[in-house]
Amino acid sequence: MSFDPLALRREFPFFAAADKPPRHYLDNAATSQIHGSALASMIDHETRRANVMRGNHALAARATEAYATARQQSARFLHAASADEIIFTAGATTALNLVAAAFGATLSAGDEVVVSLAEHHSNLVPWQQLRQRRGIVLKFLPLTGDGRIDTNALTDVVTPRCRLIALTHCSNVTGAQTDVTAVTAAARAVGARVLLDGAQRAPHGPVDVAALGVDFYVFSGHKCYGPGGIGVLWGRAEALQGLPPFLTGGGMVGEVFPEHSAFAPPPRRFEAGTPPIAAAIGLGVALTALMDWPWPAIHDHQQALLNRLLHGLADIPGLCLLGPRDTAARCPVVSFAIADLHPHDICQVLDDHGVALRGGHLCAQPLMRHFGIDGANRASLAPYNTNDDIDALLTGLDDAIRRLR
Amino acid sequence: MSQDLYHQAIKELAQTASGVGRLTSPTASARLDNALCGDRVTVDLNIEQGRITALTEETKGCLLCRAAAALLARQAPGRAAADIATALTALQALLRGEAGAAASWPDLSLFTPVSPHKSRHGCVLLPFQAAQRAVEAADAR
Repeated sequence: MSFDPLALRREFPFFAAADKPPRHYLDNAATSQIHGSALASMIDHETRRANVMRGNHALAARATEAYATARQQSARFLHAASADEIIFTAGATTALNLVAAAFGATLSAGDEVVVSLAEHHSNLVPWQQLRQRRGIVLKFLPLTGDGRIDTNALTDVVTPRCRLIALTHCSNVTGAQTDVTAVTAAARAVGARVLLDGAQRAPHGPVDVAALGVDFYVFSGHKCYGPGGIGVLWGRAEALQGLPPFLTGGGMVGEVFPEHSAFAPPPRRFEAGTPPIAAAIGLGVALTALMDWPWPAIHDHQQALLNRLLHGLADIPGLCLLGPRDTAARCPVVSFAIADLHPHDICQVLDDHGVALRGGHLCAQPLMRHFGIDGANRASLAPYNTNDDIDALLTGLDDAIRRLR
Repeated sequence: MSQDLYHQAIKELAQTASGVGRLTSPTASARLDNALCGDRVTVDLNIEQGRITALTEETKGCLLCRAAAALLARQAPGRAAADIATALTALQALLRGEAGAAASWPDLSLFTPVSPHKSRHGCVLLPFQAAQRAVEAADAR
């Protein structure tokens, strides 16, 4: 099946905006553009809105049904066994904090949680905080020279005291995909759970949590062509069942007495208060659109763009590419550092060329230290990107180097 | 456009790296980070009888931040410590686009093109904010 990125652009209001957005949007790993159907579904809900799971008037029933549909759509995207395994959160960060709080509450001093040095701060800081609260031991998988998680070290790092291995599914800096098979095997050998931070993987096609064999999976809506302020925590039913709530209040209880309360089963147990209804609806619609895209053809398209970009970057003197050279093992996220040039200055010049590029530590300071740098520039692709976007980036980089030196 | 932002004088200022280093036993020091971008400036200064006798800076930052740090280090020695606050206020006003704001500190006007780029104001201000923090630390002694 062929794929036309320009045809796909017609599904995104961004490309038709009257106020001329950046011509070359390459900051999709930070936030992708929203799908038109997602935006429309949110406007539809907010125009005739009601709360969910509370009223029995027609409008409330309509909102409740739309919210339940969003849960089913998210479950379908992840190949989850049941929609009850889908918990809507404020984002991937909140989802990770939820697991750190709820699963973390079941841990004892000396229990071990394994992360890696390649994690986004969102999958590191919550575990540091848990260490303070519970006295757990936080252990780190080392990285290979090109910044991949060194799964060869699993046998040394994962011990019988390990309760959870929490890793990125795809690095937000290098695009490197984690060898999940090795991780789940190591976890199973000691009875540990596995969490994947899918914030950077989910935008690149449906995920099969059953095939991955993990216990928790998180991702955010705004990177998946959906709205901001919404994320998903998927938890295997039996992994969620015994966990205490994260936030408490209305909507997450079974029965409340003056002195104590009984909690609702998942997913409601983990969705205290009025949820982000419109955002959940928008996310469900965005994921539905995403599931309909021709992913094998998109993968080929993005691999071609990735190769074009990597080939162009290789010609730039003093440029250090971060991450594996093997394009098959990475999502279309490419970070690089240029000697003597600061990433923000490069972004500034690229902006003149209509190229939206990210620069800085990318919320991954331990990984930056691994590479011996303070920050990097990152180009992150989405299916709607084209050769023109890549060429504009490469032209802009040439200009930035000329103007900044 | 960044054509204006990265003009020759700004680039030369950043490349001079004036005052880069640390003082062995400064009157006061301050280190400030820009949490947004990870830039970091450390300022050491010696103050005698209300006057800055030496100021050094260590800057890990973008070209604009390094240029501002170099300007600070070049101009501060010999001035009253209180002039740092004046310079900081003038720089803030300049970045807000207020006319005549640069008059109180030589060459502040080099940063006039930064004014329309709000996301870069913090880069230019960071060295002066660190210096002001150091002056306040010296005053608190």
